[in-house]
Amino acid sequence: MKFFTKFGQYLLMLKGMFSRPENPKMYWKEFMHQCVEIGIGSLPIVVIISLFLGAVTTVQTAYQLVSPLVPASTIGQIVRDSMILELSPTVVSIVLAGVVGSKIASELGNMRISEQIDALEIMGINTKTYLVLPKIMGALLMIPCLITLSAFLGIWGGRTAADMSNIVASDIFDIGLRSNFSPKNVWFALTKAYTFAFIVSSIPAYFGYFVSGGSLEIGRSSTTSVVVSCILILVADYALAALLL
Amino acid sequence: MIEVKSLKKSFGDKVILNDVNLVMETGKSNLIIGSSGSGKTVLLKCIIGLFTPDSGKVVFDGKSMIDVGVEEKKELRQQIGMLFQGSALFDSMTVEKNIKFPLDMFTNLTAGEKKKKVNEVLARVNMEGANKKLPSEISGGMKKRVGIARAIVLNPRYLFCDEPNSGLDPQTSLVIDRLIRDITTEYNITTVVVTHDMNSVMEIGDHIFYMYQGHKQWEGSNKEIIHSKDERLNEFIFASDFLQDAKQMRMMQEDQNKKQQINA
Ligand SMILES: Nc1ncnc2c1ncn2[C@@H]1O[C@H](COP(=O)(O)OP(=O)(O)OP(=O)(O)O)[C@@H](O)[C@H]1O
Ligand SMILES: [Mg+2]
Repeated sequence: MKFFTKFGQYLLMLKGMFSRPENPKMYWKEFMHQCVEIGIGSLPIVVIISLFLGAVTTVQTAYQLVSPLVPASTIGQIVRDSMILELSPTVVSIVLAGVVGSKIASELGNMRISEQIDALEIMGINTKTYLVLPKIMGALLMIPCLITLSAFLGIWGGRTAADMSNIVASDIFDIGLRSNFSPKNVWFALTKAYTFAFIVSSIPAYFGYFVSGGSLEIGRSSTTSVVVSCILILVADYALAALLL
Repeated sequence: MIEVKSLKKSFGDKVILNDVNLVMETGKSNLIIGSSGSGKTVLLKCIIGLFTPDSGKVVFDGKSMIDVGVEEKKELRQQIGMLFQGSALFDSMTVEKNIKFPLDMFTNLTAGEKKKKVNEVLARVNMEGANKKLPSEISGGMKKRVGIARAIVLNPRYLFCDEPNSGLDPQTSLVIDRLIRDITTEYNITTVVVTHDMNSVMEIGDHIFYMYQGHKQWEGSNKEIIHSKDERLNEFIFASDFLQDAKQMRMMQEDQNKKQQINA
């Protein structure tokens, strides 16, 4: 019962985001600000994880692939597909749920508790449009970019690791990268990226926006929002795989 | 003028406001007082429309906040300035940007005009030169003053203050109180102040509403309040022994005065 109330409140929040902005310039500025916060703010962590994800995938695949019947270039192919299909979209999104999600939840939660949201409302500003919409739009624009970048970096990281630890030479790795490439996988990855971007921004926004109580609640709701987004990402991951692959 | 007509509000089965009727006049400081939990904040939030009342009306100079459409409601809200209990400054922005925010959002002034306006209101609250400070770098009393500056920058017709003195020393309280009173008469606006500070009641209470368990128990001016015969109100005002003694002394003095007058 409580779940349905909350879900309804969540949907109403999303619906409430669409209203005419009082001053489009200010909304655009806020949108740009969020793009920078989300995109540039989480760039370093995304770069680091992606490189290591690729490297680890290469080493582990080489370890498991001992049969002399399988050509070494297959490693490149496996690294490419696992980065694009699963590791970049899912793992990066889960990390972003922690980095971006907790930030969104605590920022909105703090604004709610310290009555800043009320102050904006009193001025006659639709806070769902002004505060929540730019965050979700910013995430929808930036997170797919980060995930695309992550896929490239992961593959590059894998290639470098293969070369460095003498698993496969770069030119052989490249042969694997080019064989059996299916563009459908990229579409699938982007579908996941957009879905996860929406989850990672809207769920924490909901938890932050509707916080009530004291400052203790801000921390609690930010934790809850990260947990809920992570679970939803995994559920959506499975659902999309079952539906689209 | 703000009229509150038979306002009712409950949360669950708990009745918070039970048939409240108030008339708040323009150019006066209207005070809402009452003990903790008597529904003052809920009343204020119903008046400004942060809560929707169960029944009843709030009329701003003939316009009902509840009945008007979305656009008109927005327009009405732009005429409302509000000082929140915790100041509610945007903590990612400097003092200057905080005050400039309503101007950016709702006016087409040039950058120079905005800057001039910001400095003007900052001077009005005696906070010149604090433009580049962040809210975390200024004291509670200064935050309140910046909050007032932000509330009056669009020249509102209605000013609401939720406990402007809470957490301030008596001297700073007085500064804030006088500021609120001066702004009220200077701009001729309708001011509503929620407080339980007796000093501000005596200082600025042009019209006082005493709330008791969700209804208006008493109303009058600060001249009348100490002579009131209402028992519940007296319990509230003279809560401390010290004040009770003071009242007794006062009454004795008045008796003596009367006797002297009769004798003379
Ligand atoms: N959002 C809410 N949901 C449920 N009950 C509420 C809500 N807000 C206030 N109340 C209840 O309404 C009653 C009146 O609260 P209110 O905040 O108006 O008191 P107050 O007069 O402002 O007190 P104080 O002087 O301590 O601020 C309290 O019993 C409170 O529990
Ligand atoms: Mg209160």
